[in-house]
Amino acid sequence: MPRIRDIAQVCKSKNAGPFHVTIDVLFEDPALYARVKATGVLNAALFARLYGVAEEDVQFSPYDAASAFKATLPRLVPAGDVGDTDVYGAQQHAPLLEVDIPLNDPAG
Amino acid sequence: MTEVRMLSTSGILGYGFSEEALRIGMEAAPHVIGADGGSTDPGPHYLGSGTGFCARLSVKRDLRLMLLAAMAARIPCIIGTAGGAGGEPHLQDTAALVREIAREEGLTFRMALIHAEQDAATLKAAVAAGRTKALAKLPPLDDATIDRAVRVVGMMGPEPIIRALDAGAQVILCGRSSDPAQWAAVAIRAGLPPAPSWYAGKMLECGAEPAVPKEPDCLLVTVRDDHVVCEPPNPVRRCTPLSVSNFALHENASPIRHVEPGGILDTADISIDAVTDRAVRVGGMRWTSSPTYTVKLEGVELNGHRTMTVCGTRDPVLIGQIDSYLAAHRDRVAARAAAIGVRAGSWRLAVRTYGRDGVMADWEPERDAGSPHELGFVLEVVAADQETANTVLAVARTSLLHADFPGRLCKEGNMAFPFSPSDIPLGPHYRFSIFHTMAVDDPCAPFPIEYETV
Repeated sequence: MPRIRDIAQVCKSKNAGPFHVTIDVLFEDPALYARVKATGVLNAALFARLYGVAEEDVQFSPYDAASAFKATLPRLVPAGDVGDTDVYGAQQHAPLLEVDIPLNDPAG
Repeated sequence: MTEVRMLSTSGILGYGFSEEALRIGMEAAPHVIGADGGSTDPGPHYLGSGTGFCARLSVKRDLRLMLLAAMAARIPCIIGTAGGAGGEPHLQDTAALVREIAREEGLTFRMALIHAEQDAATLKAAVAAGRTKALAKLPPLDDATIDRAVRVVGMMGPEPIIRALDAGAQVILCGRSSDPAQWAAVAIRAGLPPAPSWYAGKMLECGAEPAVPKEPDCLLVTVRDDHVVCEPPNPVRRCTPLSVSNFALHENASPIRHVEPGGILDTADISIDAVTDRAVRVGGMRWTSSPTYTVKLEGVELNGHRTMTVCGTRDPVLIGQIDSYLAAHRDRVAARAAAIGVRAGSWRLAVRTYGRDGVMADWEPERDAGSPHELGFVLEVVAADQETANTVLAVARTSLLHADFPGRLCKEGNMAFPFSPSDIPLGPHYRFSIFHTMAVDDPCAPFPIEYETV
């Protein structure tokens, strides 16, 4: 079963303001994006589980126009506050890379 | 058909761009050249301290090339969020650089400084009138929070920039501005609709970031009635539907609804298509004006003073019990600090453990996977004053280096410190305290403009 890291062209995180981090997954091929979307694996519940945040705090949007998924989460600590580990929020994407996507076509 | 061409030189003024890209970009006869000076992204320190996060000489290099190009082509040069955070010291530092360059190059022009710092009285009046609203689940704005703030900026939309252009300014330095506003201003002023004008701004706000290979450089965007076309002047770069899509998601909470001062840019149904193998057309964006014009406020307060140190361990016995060691370390530091006379609760210690969860902290899913051969530590202490922070950090450093643990063989020291001095005072520590909106009747009112002939 392919993982996100095997099939996506972009998987990244970044601040969306000082209090949120936003995580994006993009596909170059709209058809592949549509198949990933159809699996239903990527959703707010997945991000809530991966990052240990409440599901209602996850703002999740599939974005057909860009063949992309976006999830925005409240940061553990506001950017630059005591104990923050990632002021730019640029290295919070890794847990997503390992997520299995059960594409029907084994060649996918 | 109206067409506006705009050249953004770099992601951040001072990040650099190739002179060749600027030269080719200018051949396209852009109507404006500019760059964004910053944002909140590098953290609260820069807004609080009034300093920039780019080196002065780097900023000067970029500014010099841009001013020379703008004067030669007789087009405006606009800098958004000048100086990194767009407060008064940032604006003045950037203005001083512009004057210095003008003197050195023998340039003369009309310059506008658009101020964005908000005074306490204005903010308190807005609170009293019920015109402020919290973002990101912060508590409602109140007078105490305003009094504690070291500096508060408002984020301008295109209106003050349009006013400065109307007044004949050729160089415009904006205090804090919404990243796309400096571009939207030029396109809207030329008569183009807000939707493609704002979208062009979104594409231009970080220079060549919508292109590949992604490095700081120039981007040219052509705005027409119902679409924009993005193309990097540098022949080594290309815009592709993927590179533009990637950037379309940049730093926004929602990919679809972009809240801007004065309205919402809706990108749900955009089309992203290759025009050539290095130019991309984006169309189908929509703009809805908001009934109330809101200005975003960003403010920071002093949270104390900070000291840090860096060290690492290569001892497998210690690495095997690092959690219990760090828990005991925390207790030891508390006890020792109390013994010295530092009041409990007057300081905070944070330990980041690299090789374990130093990057993701509590979000790290693999913190207990395997046993790394070495671990790195960054210790941080924040206290009310620098001396207390230095004192507690020194206690934490000594304790981490010399404390005993079960099975300890490395009896001379548990940590490798790469530096002497080991402890680094970081000075004042700021935190974001204001992230609210303020409703205004006049979008220009919070942003006074000052003109001068340089």
